[in-house]
Amino acid sequence: MNARRPYRRPMTGWWRKNPYFVEYMIHEGTALAVAAYALVLLAGLIALARGEAAWTAWLSLLQSAPMLILHGVLLLGFVYHTWTWFHIMPRTLPPILIGGSRVAGSTITRAGLAAALLASALVYIVVARLAP
Amino acid sequence: MKRSNAPIFWALFGAGGMLSALVGAMLVWITGLAAPLGIGLSKASLSHANALAVAQSWPGKLAIFVVVALFLWHAAHRIFHTLHDFGIHAGMVAKLLCYGTAMVGTLAAIAALVAIG
Repeated sequence: MNARRPYRRPMTGWWRKNPYFVEYMIHEGTALAVAAYALVLLAGLIALARGEAAWTAWLSLLQSAPMLILHGVLLLGFVYHTWTWFHIMPRTLPPILIGGSRVAGSTITRAGLAAALLASALVYIVVARLAP
Repeated sequence: MKRSNAPIFWALFGAGGMLSALVGAMLVWITGLAAPLGIGLSKASLSHANALAVAQSWPGKLAIFVVVALFLWHAAHRIFHTLHDFGIHAGMVAKLLCYGTAMVGTLAAIAALVAIG
């Protein structure tokens, strides 16, 4: 290792001391929900490729209590991700000018949330038509 | 100067973050709760025949691939950078674990979609 043994400030729990960073960790933590859901879908896709028996096994797993509870938790994570994604968006986008004046952050957030509602409604309508 | 590969990972993070923010919650509701429990959608909507028909159509293939791959790359990038905040600094191991998982998942999704035909 390093012979000098330089002092390193300990990092454990630093974010718990400030509500701003607690919120930061929660919104970064939604990535765990996104990853978990992608892996559930991927498992289903692989089951589908392996045949009907594997698909039925995956489906009965989805209907088990632990998986239903997991999806309830994932749903909360995703809803929070949507909320925070569009709240951060005004700070991650370059300034948008309309008619010479800068579009307000709250407008961008509201437009994003409205787009999410619209896109989700569309997805639901398409799925309900494909498989009522 | 060597070009950075950071913009590629960042773009995948952004695309996956946007897609999951737009429709992620609804997808979790549909596949994880509504269809398995039969709330608003019938339990038969996730039948083998239905799933196969969707995965064999080109729009269905594209939708499944985009959701699985972009969600994985979004999560991988975010987890990779948040590890740093817990004192696990950006090294080759962390990078391989995060982006490697996303890459393996992406390739597995392609292989499955090809096998489904």
